[in-house]
Amino acid sequence: MKLIILLALTLLISCASQPSNLYNKIGGEQTIERIATHFVDEIGNDEIIVAYFEKSNVDRFHQSFKIHLCSLIDGPCKYEGDDLKEVHRGMNITEGDFNRIVDLLINAMRTAGLTHRERNRVLARVAPFRGEIIYQ
Amino acid sequence: MVKYFINKVIASYYLAIITMSLLSHLVFTEAVHAADGKLISTTGVTQVEGTGGSGIVPWATLSGYDSREQISANAFISRANVDDYELDIIGLSASFYDRVEVSLAQQKFTIDATGDKIEQDIIGAKVRLYGDVVYSPWPQISAGVQHKILKDSAVADALGANNSDRGTDVYLSLTKVHLGAVFGFNALWNTTFRYTNANQLGLLGFGGTNDNREIVLEASAAVLLSRHLAIGIDYREKPDNLDTSEDDWKNLFISYSPNKSISLTAAWLRLGSIAGVDNQDGIYLSLTGHF
Ligand code: HEM
Repeated sequence: MKLIILLALTLLISCASQPSNLYNKIGGEQTIERIATHFVDEIGNDEIIVAYFEKSNVDRFHQSFKIHLCSLIDGPCKYEGDDLKEVHRGMNITEGDFNRIVDLLINAMRTAGLTHRERNRVLARVAPFRGEIIYQ
Repeated sequence: MVKYFINKVIASYYLAIITMSLLSHLVFTEAVHAADGKLISTTGVTQVEGTGGSGIVPWATLSGYDSREQISANAFISRANVDDYELDIIGLSASFYDRVEVSLAQQKFTIDATGDKIEQDIIGAKVRLYGDVVYSPWPQISAGVQHKILKDSAVADALGANNSDRGTDVYLSLTKVHLGAVFGFNALWNTTFRYTNANQLGLLGFGGTNDNREIVLEASAAVLLSRHLAIGIDYREKPDNLDTSEDDWKNLFISYSPNKSISLTAAWLRLGSIAGVDNQDGIYLSLTGHF
């Protein structure tokens, strides 16, 4: 019985279909632009996160973030900005901050019209960067 | 069914937990130290022995929403009602900096036929050894201990348990959430290895003719249908030390977390043979409040 459960689970997770191109699936450039815009708004409205961006150039961040995201989800972009580890070094970003920004990104994606399942798929691409961002 | 819900004492516990957690939600919304540092629905709920997990299986997750800078307190109340028995549980836990959880649970087991009650207290501790259930490449891993103090020994003695006073379980749990893994839905799995000799959680004592400690396997699998709703299954292998045989436990659960203050779990239980009465099926309801 327990073997069946473990097997079924492994099967489910491994054969779960990945759409061939996430970027196209969520609507391409237009959708990415909306996500980035809403994300910047969300950050601007979050009293804890906005503090980190006090001295940042918002337009530059918007642009870099968009290209980075585009490249993460199979879009036709190449992120040529700094390594994320370098970018976030010295900011002392905590685990709680990271989880908070993920919540803001989820909100931004929802406002941009992504479904729950599309949001999860995007998050799956973003999540591996956590180690390069927190406690640097 | 009516019996479940008109129980005034239970109802007032529920009310107390809801009120407290809503209050703390209001009070702490602006405070930096509110324990809300994790994604909603990723902490699991509180299992029957008082630690963070699903209905019957401990997970590697701690019971609160605390991240590494936070402390959280949690309270829960649960009831399992199967054909011939009832189990009421209340408990408290606190987790510190997403590292250590301590818990206290009080179980009251009722034998419907005779009205006899068996009470047991469980003191638990769990330490996160590695990882983050959502973000680390490997599963989150925790080790825990549950010290069980059986207050009513008569039934355990009558059934021939080796020890009818107290027992200690230790366990190692591995838990992982895979984002978007099952057709875009987030999926979770857990595997727990428990070293135990507790008969029916310890309510029927510890060991049989001998001490009879062994390693048993427990597992859960769940899919998060939305940010607030999870469905899943649990499987808990059980020791089988007494002449009245003990079966492995299974359940199918659904868990709803409308916000980071409350989660509600309902499960359909298949507990097999308990103290000589076979086919114990029933319903489990549980409410956890996070402060
Ligand atoms: C989901 C994880 C994250 C990703 C994928 C991400 C990605 C990025 C990218 C692509 C940039 C632009 C780099 C450049 O300009 O070349 C950036 C900048 C920045 N990020 Fe993040 N970031 C994440 C999490 C965070 C968190 C949790 C914080 C703080 C709470 C943060 C604070 C900043 C700040 C302040 C900047 C602007 C730096 C500047 O002014 O140049 N990031 N991030």
